[in-house]
Amino acid sequence: MGRNGKLSNVYLAVVFAILYAPIAYLIFYSFNSGGHMRGFEGFTLEWYREVFADTRLLIIVLNTFIIALLSSAISTILGVAGALAIYHVRRKRTKNTLLSLNNVLIVSPDVIIGASFLILFTMIGIKLGFTSVLLSHIAFSVPIVVIMVLPKLQEMSPTLMDAARDLGAGSWQILTRVVLPYVKPGIFAGFFMALTYSLDDFAVTFFVTGNGYSTLSVEIYSRARQGVSLSINALSTLLFLLTVLLVVGYYFINRRAARIPAGGKGLRP
Amino acid sequence: MQTKASTRNAYLIPYVLWMVLFVVAPVLLVIYYSFFDVEGNFTLGNYVRFFTPVYMQMTLSSFWYAFLITAFSLLISYPTAYMLTRTKHKQLWLLLIILPSWINLLLKAYAFIGLFGTYGLTNSLLEVVGIGTQQILFTDFSFIFVSVYIFIPFMILPIFNALEEMNPSLIYAARDLGASSWLTFRRVIFPLTISGVKSGCQAVFIPALSLFMITRLIAGNRVITLGTAIEQHFLVTQDWGMGSTIAVFLIIAMAVIMFLTGSGKKEVRNGKKRKTV
Repeated sequence: MGRNGKLSNVYLAVVFAILYAPIAYLIFYSFNSGGHMRGFEGFTLEWYREVFADTRLLIIVLNTFIIALLSSAISTILGVAGALAIYHVRRKRTKNTLLSLNNVLIVSPDVIIGASFLILFTMIGIKLGFTSVLLSHIAFSVPIVVIMVLPKLQEMSPTLMDAARDLGAGSWQILTRVVLPYVKPGIFAGFFMALTYSLDDFAVTFFVTGNGYSTLSVEIYSRARQGVSLSINALSTLLFLLTVLLVVGYYFINRRAARIPAGGKGLRP
Repeated sequence: MQTKASTRNAYLIPYVLWMVLFVVAPVLLVIYYSFFDVEGNFTLGNYVRFFTPVYMQMTLSSFWYAFLITAFSLLISYPTAYMLTRTKHKQLWLLLIILPSWINLLLKAYAFIGLFGTYGLTNSLLEVVGIGTQQILFTDFSFIFVSVYIFIPFMILPIFNALEEMNPSLIYAARDLGASSWLTFRRVIFPLTISGVKSGCQAVFIPALSLFMITRLIAGNRVITLGTAIEQHFLVTQDWGMGSTIAVFLIIAMAVIMFLTGSGKKEVRNGKKRKTV
């Protein structure tokens, strides 16, 4: 085991190094006064100042967060309804159909989701911009929420609901007092995942933004195509810190909520 | 019983409505649009065009790249997942493996522009080693490297889960019966974790077919995948018909792959949605 263990540690270390190299690289050069990503010239916070002075960029960041929060809140509601719907369906065929439909958006490539939504919105006559982006983010988040909530529902013993009903609880009471508290960890996990997907999404958004409206990924894309600018580095450093905070928060919610070895399971991919 | 039936329907209404509007309708619309040309006339021409050498070659190369990306990801991820299950705080390490995948993909691609650039870190290292500066950015190598980089976590996760679910006493039994480490791996561990490998490959291959942002930023438009072609037709040439036709083929390819890799309910529970572009 000794030699083997050492070798595997080296291997793991290399994998970790490669995984974190680009992030470290970005953060390191965000402090470079030279204005490029080759050779460090001197420490500066200039690029951070630039990020905070860039009103357009700040508005885009705000847009991104509004879309993320709104879409994950709405998709959580829809997703919980969906999970309950699938849970209550008795016929196996219907259940499987619903589950496969649910999976379509999860497995289909973002390009297809984006392109088909572009057609859809043009057909119904929804103007490309805030509404179209919001709707498509809700659309791809709903199945994720369903997948996070459904296992929790299935874990729940049906006798709990029977007991509540025997004690005279109505459907609404059963839902709010028994079912929802039980599946709360799943709901939180779903909301959180929807949030990160929305914050991260590029491909779908790219298709449905239209002119004048932009989210962060789309903006980074267009800036990156124009070449290197260290304010992107500064921005990415800030985003990295935020992501770490979110992940740590998620990790603790997950650990507190359920001691099930599900730990990393619910995480994305 | 009466009330139960009515509540059941109440949950179904919003969900099914949403599904019909955002799952069924878009797919049908894509198929519908694939029968129209740029002027909006009904035609089968798009399908004829898809089978011309230009598009066929693109499809083949797209599959070839996706295959390479999947193979390399698997090659790197399997040992990583295996070693992760052997570490002490494996959940924490797994979280650290997954953490980079939460960082916006665009930012990582952007970082690679710097890393692989003419004056970037990689070239400085090559200079030190004595190989000298190479053109790394805008090559097949950089494209595959960055894609593999992006997909590794999505391959590791299902394999890790499969390894975790495996009963360790099976390995002890194999060892007791005199199997070597390699034989144990080949005959016991790998077959038992094949479901994880399959869902990992599925989670990598399908998005790899449809990459489009990486091809622009890292491969400098040299690589054209099905995804790039769709994006090009929809957003640049505005030929939605042809774009839809390619999309239809991508959907078919996806269905075939999912059938081959046998997507069961189990993989779905892993909540593996690949996030890619």
